[in-house]
Amino acid sequence: MSDMYRDLILEHHRYPHNFGTLEPHDVSQEEHNPLCGDRIRLDLRIVDGVITAVAFSGKGCAVSQASASMLTDELVGMTLDQVRAYGKDDLLELIGLPLDKNPVRLKCALLSLKALKAGVYTYLGQQHDMEELD
Amino acid sequence: MTNYPFDVAAVRRDFPILQLPAERPVAFLDSASSSQKPEAVIAALATFYRTTNANVHRGVYQLSEQATFEFERARGRVAMFIHANHHREVVFTRNTTEAINLVANAWGNANIRAGDVILISQMEHHSNIVPWQMLAQRTGAVIRAIPLDTHGRLVLDDLDTLLEGVKLVAVTHQSNVLGTINPVQYLAQKAHAVGALILVDGAQSVPHMPVDVQALEIDFLAFSGHKMLAPTGVGVLWGRRAILDAMPPFMGGGSMIRTVTIEQTTYAEVPARFEAGTPMIGEAIALGHAIDYLSGIGMDKIAAYEEQLSRYLLERLDEVPGLTWYGPPVGHDRGAMASFSMEGVHPHDIAQILDGEGVAVRAGHHCTQPLHAALDLPSTVRASCYLYTSTDDIDRLVGGLTKVQHLFA
Repeated sequence: MSDMYRDLILEHHRYPHNFGTLEPHDVSQEEHNPLCGDRIRLDLRIVDGVITAVAFSGKGCAVSQASASMLTDELVGMTLDQVRAYGKDDLLELIGLPLDKNPVRLKCALLSLKALKAGVYTYLGQQHDMEELD
Repeated sequence: MTNYPFDVAAVRRDFPILQLPAERPVAFLDSASSSQKPEAVIAALATFYRTTNANVHRGVYQLSEQATFEFERARGRVAMFIHANHHREVVFTRNTTEAINLVANAWGNANIRAGDVILISQMEHHSNIVPWQMLAQRTGAVIRAIPLDTHGRLVLDDLDTLLEGVKLVAVTHQSNVLGTINPVQYLAQKAHAVGALILVDGAQSVPHMPVDVQALEIDFLAFSGHKMLAPTGVGVLWGRRAILDAMPPFMGGGSMIRTVTIEQTTYAEVPARFEAGTPMIGEAIALGHAIDYLSGIGMDKIAAYEEQLSRYLLERLDEVPGLTWYGPPVGHDRGAMASFSMEGVHPHDIAQILDGEGVAVRAGHHCTQPLHAALDLPSTVRASCYLYTSTDDIDRLVGGLTKVQHLFA
């Protein structure tokens, strides 16, 4: 338990980074978790295949919000190819939560990544198998 | 609260899962989702498979006759428990959900026409909403919902208007989120006055209080075994004999037939007509034993104890700063459960931290999205009690909530 709610998670939950919306934006993707009602909206600006600005908004548990906050810190400067290569394990390593045996909370943690992937693949006009993140 | 209506400590000793030699015993506060099972029920299930296992209503050999006898005796126990007029009025289903779907299909398809109204309430579990929506889509019927007041009680001021054109009222006896106990008998009388039938979702009431289908004057009652000490996989639909007799089958298959040719089939009498295929024999027998266990203590005593628990739970929750619980005030018709939220903390986080303290609660919308929408809640944490719940379990809940408060303050 204390692992899950270590200071870093609580800090990002209290003071989320990149919180808000972007106008205009090139990508605006909303995802929600019907199990708990968590919602994340992720906005991106993209110039020449590189993310130049990012913001997220939404409501949810500490894990989903802190995960989004930490993920968005990584995104500016990332190329879309890098986004495509960025996976579940990368995010889990980034947020440092032991969620292997907790599939319910894993969904909370992955919600922002799901929004990122869905948004970028839609932007690229490509299909992506989201099963890994469901 | 030392004067209990029965020996709670002795009851707790009957439940093996409450005796686990864990580091810390679990404070199980999720009985509204599924109850724990006493040794008597576990033993009955095992004994059936060890000594009596065979299919029912088929074999001429002794084992099958014994299994059939036990299975039908369980049906009789259910009938007596809810004061049915006849054991044939008791249909075994998989759970409450299947019982409601049975009525929505068998009765609904034969009796509901375009423009007919099905009256539900805003506090229904999805299992008492979705089957009626599916029926409405098949038939062109209309769903209407009784609204709630701010305490989560039904607003019945305009009931006469709400009942216009209604063919069926389908309401819960007790809310699985708020604990609100609804005035079912009054609703039944009002429904009958306009020629409608009434189905009651008893999933949260039958396990916790005396339920008498005659006194309530209802037409259908649906409930689940697993919420009342029995195994999963067995539930009950009770219906008035004349209504069941007039209903076409739900599912087709073995057991539910009289004669079958390649061209056509004549159907069996009730309840066999609604029990296609091999039923949940051992589970139904174990449900009979669960009823014996509950009746041995007395449903009136269980209800009285849960009333005490309800007061204690709400009083203790009032001590937690920033916590809001929902539903009727203390002392009004409500079961021993509370759904609550805490300022600035998501229910999933609360439940996770409580789990770390060995306290098991439910977090989410508890299969009642329309209710949460009506109360403008994203989701809640629910703590629910049963006859084996102790005040110590509630104290541990409150201790865990205090930790949540510190962590997120």
